[in-house]
Amino acid sequence: MINWIAGFIVLLIKSGLVLGILLLLASYLVWVERKLLARLQVRLGPNRAGKFGLLQPIADAIKLLTKEDIVPAAADRPIFLLAPAVVALTALLMFAVVPVGRDLVLFGRSIPMVISDINVALLMVFALSSLGVYGVALGGWASNSKFALIGGIRGAAQMVSYELPLGLSLVPVVMLAHSFSLVDIVNAQAAYPFILVQPLAFAIFVISAMAESKRIPFDLPEAENELGAGFHTEYSGMRFGLFFLGEYVHVQVLGALVSVFFLGGWRGPWLPGPAWLFVKITIVALIMIWVRGTLPRLRYDQLMAMCWKVLVPAALVNIVITGFVILI
Amino acid sequence: MPSENRKNRTKPAQSSEVSLAETLKAFGCGFATTAKHLLRKPITEQYPEEKRQLPPRSRARIVLTRDPEGDERCVACYLCSAVCPVSCISMQSAQREDGRRYAVWFRINFGRCIYCGLCEEACPTSAIQLTPDFENCRRDILTLVFEKQDLLVDHGGKDREYNFYRHAGIATDGAGKGAHFDEDQPVDPTTNLP
Amino acid sequence: MTIYALLFYLLAAVILVSTAIAVTRRNLVHAAIFLVASFFASALLFYLLGAPLLAMLEIIVYVGAIMVLFLFVIMMLKEKPASNRPAARGRKLWTATLGLIYLLAVILLVFATGPRGQTPLTPAVASPAAFGRYLFQGHWLGIEIASLLLLIALIGVLHLGHTAARRTAAGIEEEK
Repeated sequence: MINWIAGFIVLLIKSGLVLGILLLLASYLVWVERKLLARLQVRLGPNRAGKFGLLQPIADAIKLLTKEDIVPAAADRPIFLLAPAVVALTALLMFAVVPVGRDLVLFGRSIPMVISDINVALLMVFALSSLGVYGVALGGWASNSKFALIGGIRGAAQMVSYELPLGLSLVPVVMLAHSFSLVDIVNAQAAYPFILVQPLAFAIFVISAMAESKRIPFDLPEAENELGAGFHTEYSGMRFGLFFLGEYVHVQVLGALVSVFFLGGWRGPWLPGPAWLFVKITIVALIMIWVRGTLPRLRYDQLMAMCWKVLVPAALVNIVITGFVILI
Repeated sequence: MPSENRKNRTKPAQSSEVSLAETLKAFGCGFATTAKHLLRKPITEQYPEEKRQLPPRSRARIVLTRDPEGDERCVACYLCSAVCPVSCISMQSAQREDGRRYAVWFRINFGRCIYCGLCEEACPTSAIQLTPDFENCRRDILTLVFEKQDLLVDHGGKDREYNFYRHAGIATDGAGKGAHFDEDQPVDPTTNLP
Repeated sequence: MTIYALLFYLLAAVILVSTAIAVTRRNLVHAAIFLVASFFASALLFYLLGAPLLAMLEIIVYVGAIMVLFLFVIMMLKEKPASNRPAARGRKLWTATLGLIYLLAVILLVFATGPRGQTPLTPAVASPAAFGRYLFQGHWLGIEIASLLLLIALIGVLHLGHTAARRTAAGIEEEK
């Protein structure tokens, strides 16, 4: 029983740590994105709140929390209120299976540096990312506004389509690691990261993961210049903040997943595990911001054509080739 | 003609298919451009600290100017008030003892003003003018209602030389009939002498 | 009653209640959401019975794909206010009879498997690898038949879509 309670307390501490760090990083990722994007566009970015605008995330949080929470009169109230939570929750939960380092030995007890090492972790990530669709689609539908509805429909179609190449691109990784568990996948990359043997899978995964997180150039569900703000047009205050938070947590999760599946996770020379993971997440996030500063938004037919005519066939061919190579 | 039509329709699709090398080159070019921007100095002007000299004709706070002699230019003709799309100008006209017209009171509600500049265009005496001073915000909206003493300035604005009563053929105590610039003496209709 | 049994009954209750709500909602989107809740509970039931792979697949396939497609279609169609007219008596009778037969069969099954009215719940864990081996070695024929069926459906849809696209293209041309 004492063992059980100790395990429970450790679990709580780990979850709390991950949650706190994730939210803190998410808010500062917003700052990094705004600063870097501004410099990419020859602007300065936020610089009023604190030195270099470093207090900007806190100011934003205070603003969002104190704003009025408006529910449109024609909205479907319970769904409208719940939808943002779905987006933020699914993004946060995905981090539960990401290993952040070597097992920690404390008081003669070995503590794994992951909240939960389930043997279907990879599938859980997919399940959660497919659940994120509900937040977008239902948020758009419940707003009872044309822009929001179109954004929600686009989001649903886009995310369901891109789930397919996302899943297929990871089949070779699972074939190489012989496991769905992210801990085992990282351990399988002790010798070399999988990006060296699976560059195609890496490219497909990054592209479809960016489409899953609805960022430029795949931000059709929110396309500012056509739909206002797309599925979150009608949201205000912290409910909008949850959508916003979900997006940035999603960027971090994406960075973590890319590093776990292809860049060797927390493995790396000299630095401790969590530091390596942090570095890798940061690099992926910076590249995503760079992409956002560079590429225009895709047209809807281009989006679908790229998914079904390029990424899915490429992923399938990649699986066949990998299988062939493994067999011989 | 249907076959030709079809050909025409598929043409853009064919031309839009570019080779992989071209695509990669285009991507690389775009990413290089934005990366180069990182090294450039931002062009942002830090507004409250760095104030840019605005062009003299930029349209902001409205003033009532004076002629070179220092008299009010406004003759209270109501043209600005009539042309104002948001009806933010109001006044009461009167006549001075020397024959010049003037506004007893003149009021502009800057809470309504859209700074379109039509009043300035309508003004026959160059009295009402827009200035580049745009920092005219108040916490209390009623303090945005400007009275004549708030609007009057002691200079000629953009048109320093013009004096309406020197040109218009209106008889005042200062200048009678025929005493203005480029004005002939009035014709006496009761005589036919040349 | 072990904690597993407790969880089982809890999940069973959630499934029953949410499904019941789902079939009685007039608002299609609400019905879909309650159905999602029901799928969720059944996924957890799979997890409880020691099949984590099945649980995740249930969520990915049913919740993540099929229900999203349902939702997509519901959102695309302009939702008509459902009429409050009760169903015809004949239809009601049929559904009631079928439901009763189903219930009877389930009760009989429960008693047949556990004659003393007891079916002990023993948690066992099947790893994804073991599950895959069982499925693809023991039941490869069934899998192949199912995949063939899906392939046929895919080709059929492609064919239908292709001819429909050509017809609309021809229609546009004639209009010109």
